[in-house]
Amino acid sequence: MDVLLQQLINALSLGGIYAMLALGLAIVFSIVRLINFAHGEIMTFGGYGIFLSMAFGLPPLAALTVGIGAALVMALSMERVAFRAMRGADVVSLLITSFAVSEILKVLFQNGISARPVPISFPSSWSGAYQIGGMTIGVAPTVSILVTLISLATLTLVLRRTATGMAMRAAAEDFEMLRMLGVKADRVVAVSFAISGLLAGVAAVIWTAQRGSVDPLMGFFPVLKAFIATVLGGLGSLGGAVQGGFVVGALEVLTQAFLPDSLAPYRDAIVLSAVIAVLLVRPDGLSPTKTGARS
Amino acid sequence: METALDIKALEVRYGPVRAVRGIDLGVSKAGITALLGANGAGKTSTVMAVAGVVPPLSGTVSIFGQDMTGAAPDAIVRAGVAISPEGRRIFASLTVEENLILAGSATGSIETATERRAALMERFPILGERRRQLAGLLSGGEQQMLAVARALMNEPRLLLMDEPSLGLAPQMVDTIFGILEELKSEGISILLVEQNAALALEVSDHAVVLANGAVAASGHPSDLAGDDVLKSAYLAA
Ligand SMILES: Nc1ncnc2c1ncn2[C@@H]1O[C@H](COP(=O)(O)OP(=O)(O)O)[C@@H](O)[C@H]1O
Ligand SMILES: [Mg+2]
Repeated sequence: MDVLLQQLINALSLGGIYAMLALGLAIVFSIVRLINFAHGEIMTFGGYGIFLSMAFGLPPLAALTVGIGAALVMALSMERVAFRAMRGADVVSLLITSFAVSEILKVLFQNGISARPVPISFPSSWSGAYQIGGMTIGVAPTVSILVTLISLATLTLVLRRTATGMAMRAAAEDFEMLRMLGVKADRVVAVSFAISGLLAGVAAVIWTAQRGSVDPLMGFFPVLKAFIATVLGGLGSLGGAVQGGFVVGALEVLTQAFLPDSLAPYRDAIVLSAVIAVLLVRPDGLSPTKTGARS
Repeated sequence: METALDIKALEVRYGPVRAVRGIDLGVSKAGITALLGANGAGKTSTVMAVAGVVPPLSGTVSIFGQDMTGAAPDAIVRAGVAISPEGRRIFASLTVEENLILAGSATGSIETATERRAALMERFPILGERRRQLAGLLSGGEQQMLAVARALMNEPRLLLMDEPSLGLAPQMVDTIFGILEELKSEGISILLVEQNAALALEVSDHAVVLANGAVAASGHPSDLAGDDVLKSAYLAA
């Protein structure tokens, strides 16, 4: 029971990170048709933001806030510098551009900071645990889950209830029509990148808080998983991306916990096979985007 | 006389496809110009070039005397243009009311937008009744009304209507054309693209027939009604 609960918490906390990253990818994709391969570097930049502000003596919570801000700034700069000029280009050109951005940033991180992981030391209380009904639960995973849920709930409210959210939903459905109503494209695109940057920043905070270091590939690997999550959820579907993130996180934790050691090297292959199996049954993903209503 | 819309030598291409090949076209103030022609003649491309979402290769587009060639769609909206596009393109996952709110967000204040929304829901009672429903659940005719109402949210002086009657029941077609004439009497200038040529010629005061991206005929509707050019233009497809 104890083990099961702990694995559940691990699955939720890892799945939450994937969900936030996948949601950021999906929001940008739904509006700009960009599959942003450089999304991982937004997260990594957030991680270095935390590292540098701690190195300059900021208290941990302030440093985490700076990290989120850094990811936000990186996402907006990326849009402005690399992608705005490419707007309207086909999916493949955009994808290749984002590959280039991703590579350039990784090289900058390696040469500008360090190719090796740099440590971040958070207060020791953060790695503590507490007891509920005889079960031991880690503080960091619990806070991670809470932060993830609050982020997702806030975003849902923004999308459902605010004028900006309404424009985002409309843009995802038919951006050209939205522009013909007089809504400025630049603003909507910038907001979508801002949201994806904030989510990547929160992911960076949770990731570094649990692992205590940052390296140039910090964001790269989780974003690969998030890509799988977006495909699993149905490319461009926001709800699907979140579902996909939690499913991929759960699969990863389950295979890690219950697979015999001899099969450990095949963990990712097993997770991917499970994803492919789902896609065989539901080719458009768990919750495909609706594209009807146009006659 | 200053015209609502004045298109000169407009060219639109999609890669190698020459969709519009140097056409001239005008809409007079408070007038209706019918833009006719077979499928693929270049009508929608012309409309989208005016709306600013398809860049013209050459030629000019003047709106109320102002050169708006190649301007961004939001600038064109602010110049007084609104569109009810082909296929209606209402936001299916938004409610009827949200569709209207979004449309009013580009011009004017929140208060005037709220007033206009209320006025439009009175004008189109069915939209008032369904305002909390998802727009995707409306019938085709209701969606067309929403598309027109949405266009009116920005209080346009020039309305672009692309195939408003397509796929609608005859009674609904009558309703839509009734609205069109009302708008004209309110002083709104209209560029009307229609498959139903007879109906379009009835309400318009000027007509242009396109064939393969070029003007095949233009003139007063009564002169074109029995014209062979019109018939052959439709058969050309
Ligand atoms: N987005 C596009 N890409 C390529 N070709 C297009 C596109 N839109 C329209 N066309 C082509 O341009 C021509 C004119 O189309 P269109 O303007 O839609 O005509 P109409 O509205 O009169 O039916 C057609 O040959 C059509 O196939
Ligand atoms: Mg057309």
